[in-house]
Amino acid sequence: MPMQAHEIEDLLRASFPDATITVEGNDGVHMAAMVVDESFRGKNRVQQQRAVYAALKGKMDGSNGELHALALTTKVPD
Amino acid sequence: MSDAQSTIKETVTNNDVVLFMKGTKEMPQCGFSSRVAGVLNYMAVDFSDVNVLSDETLRQGIKDYSDWPTVPQLYVKGEFVGGCDIITEMTLSGELDTLFSENGVSFDKDAADKIREANG
Repeated sequence: MPMQAHEIEDLLRASFPDATITVEGNDGVHMAAMVVDESFRGKNRVQQQRAVYAALKGKMDGSNGELHALALTTKVPD
Repeated sequence: MSDAQSTIKETVTNNDVVLFMKGTKEMPQCGFSSRVAGVLNYMAVDFSDVNVLSDETLRQGIKDYSDWPTVPQLYVKGEFVGGCDIITEMTLSGELDTLFSENGVSFDKDAADKIREANG
């Protein structure tokens, strides 16, 4: 089952309630997301993206995953 | 440690730069793998490629090893550096040059600058 942009956004929102979240793409397979959140401060990019992947709760997992590819950008607010 | 985990550990320990990818560096089979392999090739980095599509235990094993859900995955001197988005950002910001320099990995600095000029 492909995921719609708003479903991805809802999942991310649950873990990052105060973040600025942008999800682009709507084919449900190749999507792009940007998450800007204060909780990323002091973390390196791997740690930041791990937190985002954790929020997606296995939706990215392998051949059973619903999302093949999510281009991810994570940032700390200016 | 399972066989796949030992194999991965051995691979990333014995090779300075390793890219776990879908397909090979000569023939990538996914756009994200292709992008990272392309950057490394263009920067003339000597790297080992591991095709996760050739081995299902490896395909899952590398995700468990790094606790990272996607491929490609780049390792330098045994350390996980990141996936496609992180490598792209690090290439454009120059952080990848720094990482290679600090780890004694040779690369073509002019080529890296050209990538940045073309995407600046």
